Amino acid sequence: MADTAADRLASTSEHGEEGTRRDFLFLVAGATTVVGAAALCWPLIDSMNPAADTLALASTEVDLSGVEEGMRITVTWRGKPVFVAHRTPQEIEEAQAVNLEDLIDPQPDDARVIKPQWLVVIGICTHLGCVPLGQQPNQPHGPYGGWFCPCHGSIYDTAGRIRGGPAPRNLDLPDYVFTEDNVIQIG
Amino acid sequence: MTTSPHAPGSGPQYDNAVIRWIEYRLPVFSFADSFMGSGYPAPRNLSYWWNFGSLAGIALVLQIVTGVVLAMHYVAHADMAFDSVERIMRDVNFGWLLRYAHSNGASMFFIVVYIHVFRGLYYGSYKAPRELLWMLGVVILLLMMATAFMGYVLPWGQMSFWAATVITNLFSAIPLVGEGVVTWLWGGFAVGNPTLNRFYALHYLLPFVIVGVVGLHLAALHQHGSNNPLGIERKSAKDSLPFHPYYTIKDLFGLGVFMIVFALLVFYWPNLLGHPDNYIPANPMQTPPHIVPEWYFLPFYAILRAITFNIWFIPAKLIGVILMFGSIIVLFFLPWLDGSPVRSGRFRPIFKWFFWVLVLDCVMLGYLGAHPPEGVYVTLAQIGTAYYFFHFLILLPLLGKLERPRPLPSSISEPVLGRAPAASTSPAE
Repeated sequence: MADTAADRLASTSEHGEEGTRRDFLFLVAGATTVVGAAALCWPLIDSMNPAADTLALASTEVDLSGVEEGMRITVTWRGKPVFVAHRTPQEIEEAQAVNLEDLIDPQPDDARVIKPQWLVVIGICTHLGCVPLGQQPNQPHGPYGGWFCPCHGSIYDTAGRIRGGPAPRNLDLPDYVFTEDNVIQIG
Repeated sequence: MTTSPHAPGSGPQYDNAVIRWIEYRLPVFSFADSFMGSGYPAPRNLSYWWNFGSLAGIALVLQIVTGVVLAMHYVAHADMAFDSVERIMRDVNFGWLLRYAHSNGASMFFIVVYIHVFRGLYYGSYKAPRELLWMLGVVILLLMMATAFMGYVLPWGQMSFWAATVITNLFSAIPLVGEGVVTWLWGGFAVGNPTLNRFYALHYLLPFVIVGVVGLHLAALHQHGSNNPLGIERKSAKDSLPFHPYYTIKDLFGLGVFMIVFALLVFYWPNLLGHPDNYIPANPMQTPPHIVPEWYFLPFYAILRAITFNIWFIPAKLIGVILMFGSIIVLFFLPWLDGSPVRSGRFRPIFKWFFWVLVLDCVMLGYLGAHPPEGVYVTLAQIGTAYYFFHFLILLPLLGKLERPRPLPSSISEPVLGRAPAASTSPAE
């Protein structure tokens, strides 16, 4: 026994600078345990992400032929409201005439639409997720003729861009394509 | 002032043979005696402000009992939750009583806990050697807030839905990963059925986590015993009274008062503290014109909304979120922010006044949190938020250095019983 202990002492002092074999095993075992524990946690964490059936509901088709000029409709996509606005020539002109330097989140109007008369935005305030008012003619539209969020007072223009209030970004744009002249597929 | 009632031969002797048989194998009776019985000495000068700890414990038990029964009738599904709550109200035997007791019980729990916290703030109960006791209390407060928030979502009314939306959206303020975190919290692309299900699971789980932390809170409490209105340590047996019967009876009297207030709410004004919009089923397509949280979150909501300006590159939204969480986090550091060696506000002539300024500040923030963030309300909320952090981060450290405290009595019993014999006091304490 004394020999082994002495050997161990000797090996410790011999390899003291670079660390011993025991140190190496300790670190390898420790690192493997940490990685293994993290790998075991991942299924628990990832199970809380959207499930396959939730993801499967991810696209919606909308027929726009009944939406008159000046009308705004709300459709549901992924459980969220999507605002579809059939903009009037005046609204389009207002949206295009804005000086980009006046904007909080500068973006030209043509980057926010596929066809100028159709504005399609996610109807969720980028501040804390309320649904802005302005879809109905009798609701407040804010001073820029777009939308007004009643929760904390954010103001959006006719291109859904943030013009005032606490929201940091323009209303988000969903991915959509025109599958026919008057039909869009969102998502 | 810890005693060791478990020493062989000491501790209570039991006449009843069954109790003796059990005690010999499982010492529950002597444990109860040393925990809150005649074997647990408490300072003899505790005032009614010391009732609120045991009241909080009772409120927690009431919430768990009513909650477990409600869970037997509630359906955690986005299409059925609202109707199942209405069924509890209309069809389930005494369902109305259970639900009103549970929703108002949450309010009572917060009233009691806020008084308990301010008691600790005034009498310096967070100071050495009770720092961990205090910090465990802050952990309990955070867990209570999470539990209450998730419980409020379960009826799936308009306020439930939009509270869940706004509060989970707070996490979108986190740089880079915020949006991913929010989607993960939701289990979807908006608050929906997966969100409701997980909130229900956590709302059932967290109260039992609270019970666990309360156990630690009590273990830390019993290590050095209660603080007291004078804020000085006990020096002799004369400074203590056995917890039972003196404080059991005092706590029972307080419980009677608590129950009267609780009963008035449940039986006469069950919706006083609620919001009528929550009797409208959740509608993801329409936000109510004016959304407010439950009253116990209003001061924090006011802080969240007070920040309307960016600081350098940090957006206003992120600052608001940081300050809102910071208003609780700062309490963890309180034992080291307040450098005054004197615990009780009674002997701190300047601190005493600023304590009441802080109380008024919190009440004002609560008032502002209920109002729309416009005009003068925003300015006042900014002043209130500034004072809150000034109080903890600047004023308390300064007062610890500058304030001259009034002289402390030499013992707890002295003002009551006259000067204690010199032999029984230890000057080192």
